[in-house]
Amino acid sequence: MKVAIASGKGGTGKTTLATGLAHLLAAKDHLTTYVDCDVEEPNGHIFLRPGIERSEDVSIPVPAIDQELCTNCGRCCEICRFNALACLPEKVMVFPSLCHGCGGCTLVCPEGAITEVPRVVGVVERGSAGELGFVQGRLAVGEAMATPVIRAVKKAIPTEGVVILDAPPGTSCPVVETIRGVDWVVMVTEPTPFGLNDLKLAVGAVRKLGLTTSIVINRSDVGNSGVEDYCREEGLDVILKIPHSRSVAEAYARGEMPVVTVPGYADMLETLAGAVLTRTREAEKR
Amino acid sequence: MKIAVTSRGPEMASDVDPRFGRAKWFVIVDTETGEFEAIDNEKGVEAGSGAGIQAAARVAGFGVEYVLTGHCGPNAFRTLTEAGVKVITSVTGTVEGAVEKIKLGGLSPSDAADVNGHWT
Repeated sequence: MKVAIASGKGGTGKTTLATGLAHLLAAKDHLTTYVDCDVEEPNGHIFLRPGIERSEDVSIPVPAIDQELCTNCGRCCEICRFNALACLPEKVMVFPSLCHGCGGCTLVCPEGAITEVPRVVGVVERGSAGELGFVQGRLAVGEAMATPVIRAVKKAIPTEGVVILDAPPGTSCPVVETIRGVDWVVMVTEPTPFGLNDLKLAVGAVRKLGLTTSIVINRSDVGNSGVEDYCREEGLDVILKIPHSRSVAEAYARGEMPVVTVPGYADMLETLAGAVLTRTREAEKR
Repeated sequence: MKIAVTSRGPEMASDVDPRFGRAKWFVIVDTETGEFEAIDNEKGVEAGSGAGIQAAARVAGFGVEYVLTGHCGPNAFRTLTEAGVKVITSVTGTVEGAVEKIKLGGLSPSDAADVNGHWT
């Protein structure tokens, strides 16, 4: 059972909810793994404080050109969508940091002048925080391509038990890569015009991928009714509303999990934990 | 000698475009004959990334000796240098004026990029 905790807007409480939910499920003796797919700035580890047991590099194949074999035909530059190759009058230059590792240039080169060499763009780390399994991806500093790292993270997650994927914010490629193929997307939003605008975009992406989604409204007692009105009109399931609380913000700022240190917070997440377990049982029956 | 000048328009009277990779036009000028050709750089303007690299490869393909522009980033500079094209930055005014200046020997090539990538 894979549950992605996503949002359109950043800073709505994805990590607080994802770590809290994962912790709660593990504390109930359910086999659970927390997976940080926000590889550009993974921060779940700050709250879960896992021990890392394994670490594996993630690399993408980038072209290396044998200038002896190259005839400067220019086909590699024509096919490259990412401007990672420069075909000069007398040679071809490679800019590895722009390469997405698609392999197109290698395929079209009629001279066999291109070989692929691995380039490390990040790392996948595995470990545990008590009973909770832990996986995170980290994009190397200065790198721009999060998607290959997320793909490697998803390959590293266990097939058994409940998997909580902490998604990056937004609706672009890293989010699509994270939520693709999950069983349920829980979208965390806030009742503000920004929250609503980005929620609409994220719901659009989720629907396009044919996934089911439920909404958590965080800081539900601030802002306006726009998000709730939208959810009603669109028939979206609002599964949980979490009121604003200064003590939650204080716990977060100290690197604590509100589910552990703020009285009453765990009780609020029970609904969500219950829904995850119900869906897991249903999935097992099928 | 052939040179490329980044330009906001397709004319010799157009202003020099301060950007290289995302310049609106490249005006390729033959300084001996005064003949010129304007190249639309719409592809570069629209590019997500690597605009400077492709612009560099493109102007190098015209066999120019110099590129005259406002600013040039590291990838574009590397590509131009590799292709044997010298880069002159901080050029302002019109394309025509820039051509006159280089003919009079009043411009000297840069030895490095003068801005970071994705400069706007």
